[in-house]
Amino acid sequence: MKLKSMATGILVGILNGLFGAGGGMVAVPLLRNNGLEDRQAHATSIAVILPLSLVSVFLYLQSGHMQLDDIFPFLPGGILGAAAGGLLLNKIPVKWLRRIFGILIIYAAIRLLRG
Amino acid sequence: MVNFLIGFSAALLGALGMGGGSVLLVYLTAFAGVEQLTAQGINLMFFFPVAIIALIFHCRNKLVQFKIAAFTIIGGIGGVFLGKWLAEFLGNGLLRKAFAVGLLLLGIHEIFTKTKND
Repeated sequence: MKLKSMATGILVGILNGLFGAGGGMVAVPLLRNNGLEDRQAHATSIAVILPLSLVSVFLYLQSGHMQLDDIFPFLPGGILGAAAGGLLLNKIPVKWLRRIFGILIIYAAIRLLRG
Repeated sequence: MVNFLIGFSAALLGALGMGGGSVLLVYLTAFAGVEQLTAQGINLMFFFPVAIIALIFHCRNKLVQFKIAAFTIIGGIGGVFLGKWLAEFLGNGLLRKAFAVGLLLLGIHEIFTKTKND
């Protein structure tokens, strides 16, 4: 369990540092593979990504890629959305959680490849 | 208004552990014309308040498995340094294409995998 979790962590960390996103998307299926149920995997992925993002943010700020106040425009919606997501995770059917998630990221991929 | 909606949907999906990162990142790169590395940095910062709020709920609902999380984080911190180095090595253009391919593969995997425990 320890080694499997750490291997998962290395992969998730690489993605977090490399793309500034996507670590969570990979963490969810891997955590499920490591024995967690769907909702546990989704929730635990956030607990994993939080400290990893802290390290990434530090490295990105150090390289001068962005400034702290760049997120201000998105914060009001972000805070409400986070609370809504926190309330909903226990109530959404997992089958739909999976499908919405899959469709969403395929759509994002197509946009990026065309862009 | 656009910023509010993007912030809301990115945080909603982020709090659900459903790849909210892609929402803000795609908006910043494909619509707002922000460079890939800058967009990634903004995306990382945005995740903080979202993750903290979401975790308060998820911990209350006893959904967070701390032991597994701890070991994953230990491996993860090493990975972050490697990933950041690779990002600078690839540069904005290649990085964007690589991200898109990764998303595509994962999306297909998610839709076609069977659900456990539900």
